[in-house]
Amino acid sequence: MKYPYFPGCTLYTKAKKLDEAGRECSRRLGFELDELPDWTCCGATFPLVNDYHIAMSGPTRILADTKDQGGDKLVTLCSVCFNVLKRTNYVMRTDEERRAKITDFIERDYHGETEVMHYLQVLRDDIGFDQLKEKVGKPLEGLKVACYYGCLLLRPVKEIGLDNMENPTIFEDFVRALGAEPVEFPFKIECCGAFQTVHSMDVATRCSRNILNSARNSGADLVITTCPLCQFNLDDRQPEILKSEPDFATIPVVYFTQLLALALEMSAADLGFERNLIDPLPVLQAKGVVGD
Amino acid sequence: MKTVVSRDQVQGDFVKKVAEISGENFFNCYQCGNCSAGCPAVDEMDLLPSQVVRYLQLGLAEEVRNCKSMWVCAACLICHARCPKGVDISKIMEALRVLRLREVDAVAQIDVTDFSADYLERAPQIAMISGYRKFLPL
Repeated sequence: MKYPYFPGCTLYTKAKKLDEAGRECSRRLGFELDELPDWTCCGATFPLVNDYHIAMSGPTRILADTKDQGGDKLVTLCSVCFNVLKRTNYVMRTDEERRAKITDFIERDYHGETEVMHYLQVLRDDIGFDQLKEKVGKPLEGLKVACYYGCLLLRPVKEIGLDNMENPTIFEDFVRALGAEPVEFPFKIECCGAFQTVHSMDVATRCSRNILNSARNSGADLVITTCPLCQFNLDDRQPEILKSEPDFATIPVVYFTQLLALALEMSAADLGFERNLIDPLPVLQAKGVVGD
Repeated sequence: MKTVVSRDQVQGDFVKKVAEISGENFFNCYQCGNCSAGCPAVDEMDLLPSQVVRYLQLGLAEEVRNCKSMWVCAACLICHARCPKGVDISKIMEALRVLRLREVDAVAQIDVTDFSADYLERAPQIAMISGYRKFLPL
C-alpha cells in the first residue's frame, strides 16, 4: 500500500525523528509513505474567523495537489498539519461560498475529495492493531506509557472525528499492540499551552506541569505524543517547572513513532534521543527496552 | 458598580462585527461556566471566558476590546467541546484578536529579538509560525 504523505516543515528539521522513524516503521509494516512533491507549509494554524480565507489557500493547494496526483488519502504525522488540513478540508466539503472564494483564488478545482488521515489511523483502520502486534519483534514489556493526545488530534470532534473527544482510546490501543502498558491519566486531552509558548510562556509552563505531574502520578515511565509542539512544550518547560517546584519528578517525552521503532527493533542509537532535554534512555534501559 | 445596558449597545457595531466574523451567536450561552471551569489558561486571564461572552451579550464592548484573556487563549477548544450549547469561544477570542490586530495602531504582541538563540534553535517552526499568525498586526 502506498499513501501520499505530507511531512510538514517541522518534521524536516526539529522533529526529524518523528518523520524518519515513521517512514522506516511504515516500510517494516508493509506500507509506503510517498512524499508529496513540491509541498508547502500548511500554515500551522487554522483560521478561526470567517473572513480570513488566505490562510486556507496553502492547505487547499496541498489537498488539491494530492487529488491531482491520483491520491484519495493524505497521511500526516504532525498533529498540527493534521488539524489544519483536516479542518480546511471540512470547509471545502461543507461551505460552498468559502470554497468558491479560495479555489477561485488559487485557480484549482477542488471540493474536498481528499481524505486526510493521521498515521495512527492508518495503523488502526488499514493495518489493524492486531496485525501490528504480530509484527512487533521486541514487545515493550513492563514499560508504562502516558498517551498524551493534546488538542489538535481530537478537536473539534465534528470536523476531526478521529476518536471520542473526552475519552479517546486509539493511542492506548496502539501502545498495547506494542506490548507496553498504557496508564490512565486525567490530563491526557488537556492543552500543553500550544503557541502560547512564544507569547505567555507561563501558560505553557503551568499547562505542561499539570500534564506531566498527572502522567507521573499515574505511574508512567514516559509520555508519548504525536505533536512536535506538544513535545517541545512538555520537554522544554521541565527545567522551568523544577525552579518553582523542586520536588517535581522529570519525565521523558518522546514521539510515538520512536516507541514504535523500538518495538519494531530499530536501534535506539538511530532514534535521535539526544535531542530530548529529559533523556529517555535511562528509563528505557532500566525497563530493558534498550540495552545498556 | 453601576452598569448601563442599552439597545444601542447590544446592537453596537463592535459586538456585531465580533458576531459576524466569529460566526458565533452569543445569545446561545446561558452562562453555565463550563468553559471557564475547563480552560487551561484561565489563571492568566483577566476575564473568564464566560465573562467575555456575558459582556458581549450585554454589548459592553469596552470591557472586552482590550481584555488580556484574548491574548492568552491557546485555542485548545476544550471550552467548545464542553459547551452544552456548542458555543465556540476560541472563535470569539480570535475575532477579538484579529479586530485589534487590524487596527491602524496595532502593535506586535511578540518580538523575535526577545527569544534567546538557544530557544530559537530548539523551538519548532510550528510554534514560531503560529505565534506570528496569532500575534502580529494583520
